[in-house]
Amino acid sequence: MSRRLAHQLGEWLPALVVLVAVIGAWQGVIAAFHIQQFLLPKPTAIASTFWHARHQLWPAGWYTFKEALGGFVIGSSLGMAFAVVVARFRAVGTALMPIAIAANAVPIIAFAPIFNFWFDPLSPHSKMAIAGVLCFFPVMVNTLRGLTSVKPQQIALMRAYAAGDVEIFRRVRVPTALPFVFTALKVASVLAMIGAIVGEYFGGSFSALGVLINSDAQIFDFVTAWAGIAVASLLGISLYLAVVLTERLVVRWAPEGRDS
Amino acid sequence: MSTAQQVVEIAGVTKTFAQGNVTALQDIDLELEQGEFVSLIGPSGCGKSTLLRVIGDLVEPTSGRVTINGKPAHQARLDRDYGIVFQDAVLFDWRTVAKNIALPLEMLGWDRAKRKARVDEMIELVELAGFENHHPWQLSGGMQQRVSIARALSFEPALLLMDEPFGALDEMTRERLNLELLSIWQQLRSTVVFVTHSISEAVFLSTRVVVMSPRPGRIAGIVPIDLPYPRTVVTREEPRFFELVTQVRELLRLRGEHLLPEEAAAATGETS
Repeated sequence: MSRRLAHQLGEWLPALVVLVAVIGAWQGVIAAFHIQQFLLPKPTAIASTFWHARHQLWPAGWYTFKEALGGFVIGSSLGMAFAVVVARFRAVGTALMPIAIAANAVPIIAFAPIFNFWFDPLSPHSKMAIAGVLCFFPVMVNTLRGLTSVKPQQIALMRAYAAGDVEIFRRVRVPTALPFVFTALKVASVLAMIGAIVGEYFGGSFSALGVLINSDAQIFDFVTAWAGIAVASLLGISLYLAVVLTERLVVRWAPEGRDS
Repeated sequence: MSTAQQVVEIAGVTKTFAQGNVTALQDIDLELEQGEFVSLIGPSGCGKSTLLRVIGDLVEPTSGRVTINGKPAHQARLDRDYGIVFQDAVLFDWRTVAKNIALPLEMLGWDRAKRKARVDEMIELVELAGFENHHPWQLSGGMQQRVSIARALSFEPALLLMDEPFGALDEMTRERLNLELLSIWQQLRSTVVFVTHSISEAVFLSTRVVVMSPRPGRIAGIVPIDLPYPRTVVTREEPRFFELVTQVRELLRLRGEHLLPEEAAAATGETS
């Protein structure tokens, strides 16, 4: 066990070294070229604010995180449900899939101001709606691809053993789709956080992280804005890692070296 | 039961595919007795795989009738009267070797203890002890196909359908699996329908070889194989074996004028 831990540490080490080097260089460049604090604050200054403003930053981050999480859960669930219906009823698919794929290519974030108007800008629901719509399309398209990428011979085999559509769905389509679904959920987890924060840039509760970052930037308090971005990053990474961890628990059969 | 019991009865089966107006099978009549090992051989497009799928009720014939164990093929499929093996092992990556073998048993509703006992037996039978908890991608092609055979036999079906099961394997693995299959067949005494385009494989394994010709798919002739069982490595070197191989090849040549180049090459490469 400790050997495995050491091995993992060895794998992470290069990335960690690069991260430390970048932050060090950042600090060094600011000192060496006398860059103005408001253009780019020193990492040490950001870290200091990150600590001192923690009672303001973390509740705001948590508020926004809940919006992102709500949107992620709702959008992804609807995406999966829709994919199941489309996989089951081909007629629905042929009618709606081209539209769905086109919609997936639309910069949905552009609708943020309108969503704010529809769902009350001060309520978290408007941000959940933006995050949810952002999550919906990639999850739906990937789930559908997974459900339909079952090989014809696998279906023939199941039919030979008298399996009906429901049993084929449960025993073959769902397990085949799972790796596809998790790939989409990882993308969606990032999109949910982006959706919630960008949504808040167009107005929202004063206890929200996006509003805080935006208003600090407007009064040239860039150090606090950067500290807010750090909180957003940590929360976004946490959500992503939670999805990765769930994937490791659910998709245990993936061959070593396969993208996971 | 007497040995004359019919396991498979095919009567006047014709299959045309609407698209391209292709007649895949025309007026096929064939009967298989309990315990027979019958190979279907012929060039691509002769309908041998289609015929196998018609027997398994995976393809519906345009006309004609298939009876298995005295009942319509459709009912036989719903009753899980046969096991099937394809050219690809068709194993499920998310299942271990043991769980792949247990799949039909799960679908039949067997309890855990009963499943485990049977899976252990099957693992023994196909000589995969020690690989129970491996996943399919960790196995060689030959081992994967042994898992597939174990799965098909796990619930002891009276009939085993095999669609070019060793077609994707190298010659040495194929010959070893031929021997293993014969020994399994002799232990279980099930009836086998075996699709192949290797003449020597068909002759080595079968009690009868059904030679088919293409466009439209028809039975060109049936060659009874009178080589005694158990057949061994030496069987392939006996004069009678070569006579029978030649007999099958002649039938293929006379009736299969439309042999594709690669089929012809495969056919002539058989004696080596």
